[in-house]
Amino acid sequence: MVDPTTRRPEAPAMPAHEAQPEGRAPERAPARSAAGSMVTAAPDPGLPLRRNAPLVPTDSAASRSLAAVIAILTFLAGLCAGTAEMVATSAGQWQGSVAREVTIQVRPGPGRDIDADLAKAQGIAKAEPGIAEARAFSKAEAERLLEPWLGSGLDLSDLPVPRLITLKLGTPAPDLKHLRASLTDALPGVASLDDHVLWLQRLSTMANTFVGVGIGIVALVLVATGLAVAFATRGAMAGNKEVVEVLHFVGADDDFIARAFQRRFFGLGLRGGAIGAGSALLAFALAGLLSRAWRSGPAGDEIEALFGAFSVGWRGYASVLAIGVIASLVTGVVSRLTVRRFLA
Amino acid sequence: MGSLLPGAEVPVVQFENVGMRYGLGPEVLSDVSFRIAPHSFQFLTGPSGAGKTTLLRLILLSARPTRGVVSVFGEEVSGISSGNLTALRRRMGVVFQDFRLLDHLTTYENVALPLRVQGRAETSYRAEVVELLRWVGLGERMHALPPLLSGGEKQRAAIARALIGRPDLLLADEPTGNVDPSLGRRLLRLFLELNKLGTSVIIATHDFGIMDAVPARRMVLGEGRLRIEE
Repeated sequence: MVDPTTRRPEAPAMPAHEAQPEGRAPERAPARSAAGSMVTAAPDPGLPLRRNAPLVPTDSAASRSLAAVIAILTFLAGLCAGTAEMVATSAGQWQGSVAREVTIQVRPGPGRDIDADLAKAQGIAKAEPGIAEARAFSKAEAERLLEPWLGSGLDLSDLPVPRLITLKLGTPAPDLKHLRASLTDALPGVASLDDHVLWLQRLSTMANTFVGVGIGIVALVLVATGLAVAFATRGAMAGNKEVVEVLHFVGADDDFIARAFQRRFFGLGLRGGAIGAGSALLAFALAGLLSRAWRSGPAGDEIEALFGAFSVGWRGYASVLAIGVIASLVTGVVSRLTVRRFLA
Repeated sequence: MGSLLPGAEVPVVQFENVGMRYGLGPEVLSDVSFRIAPHSFQFLTGPSGAGKTTLLRLILLSARPTRGVVSVFGEEVSGISSGNLTALRRRMGVVFQDFRLLDHLTTYENVALPLRVQGRAETSYRAEVVELLRWVGLGERMHALPPLLSGGEKQRAAIARALIGRPDLLLADEPTGNVDPSLGRRLLRLFLELNKLGTSVIIATHDFGIMDAVPARRMVLGEGRLRIEE
């Protein structure tokens, strides 16, 4: 084995113009060796020796474009995940409050005293264990419920307006089957119990659909990120063919080269992911602030009806952050796999 | 310049009836057979287009022969695994005619590259690289990027990169093609010094000036066939 550092021959005398190029100052100052002694004459000893620059050259224009694509995709995925989380949380809250309430409907019939029927039904409900409160709606309250559909100022006294009793459920939960049977026995064809099961089912289906669509869109966006990265990696490999060839000639194995590309693309993914996720978090925080500011105004009721309290919650913020991290990881892994396939 | 008992040692490179063609074109090399003994020094010469670069590519394992057997460091290279290929390449140093320095890395980083790709920590080789750079007269230029180096400086940086891994075999493609005759002779002396230290050296050149200066074996390629002049 040759050991030029320990058994080196006399240094070859280089021509003066080669050893001391005229008028060409070194770009950087020489380094200090591990022992700390000056290795070369130093015109500017302040600058350190650059030792481990990235092996894959950073093409700033292409890198910026890829980071921007990743940032935009992460932003969209973050918005989607946060919104799905918000809808799921709101739906959960609605379901919780609705499920704690059931309604008895008492219909008027020919020859029947509806007030007596109402009192009887309320009595049956109150007697049922587990019912915390049974409140009967007065005639005026029942008629007011119809106002949105029929308009105000009408005389509804001739109409057979059904009356409602709202029951608040306590703990332990009451046996609603038994209550329904008691009502049917006592007031057949007049009183019925509505436990909102159908409505709850629809709400649950809607919320699940929203979450499912959200997950689907996030998955699609991550796939799109992966494809964009694969495309960019292939471009970088083609653009750096010579670098890859030289690395092979100096003894780099495929894994080393793949790691070099992975490092570069993971860095880009991290930057894009951080910008995208950060923007999504900012957008949610801003939307929350705005919705709080508008809540007092007339538009506030509409916004609250649409989005609930517009609070994404920690799970929403965590999922946005997770998407940023996952986008970076996808970038790194996809670039590595692409390089390995390219070199194989 | 060869070993006293060249037949007794495993040849560094051995070609047996090697033929090479690109695609469906004519054979660039036909029935090429030779051995490179350990610690030997030889020139590879011939007119342009005679197949010198192809022969070097075959030795470097960046091309596979169409027929025949190529062995490097005693290992037959057809169907060689990726891991073994890397291990063999790490025992070779190569100086390309166009240097092939990476323009985005400094001279220091370029020369350190063969050690860096082995996964060694930078601190473990820093002194070694700096010393070699000083040895080839680039101590003051280690921070410069290759586009700012002169032809001779690039040549020496490429040579330093080929030597830093202490190769058993050095391949140099037209190492004096880009430098003036005086520097060419000095570089030749450098290769001879290396050979004395045990490295087998193959220099591809058509510079008769440097070939006449050294009484070494000449491998002459002409029309794809190889003739050895001892």
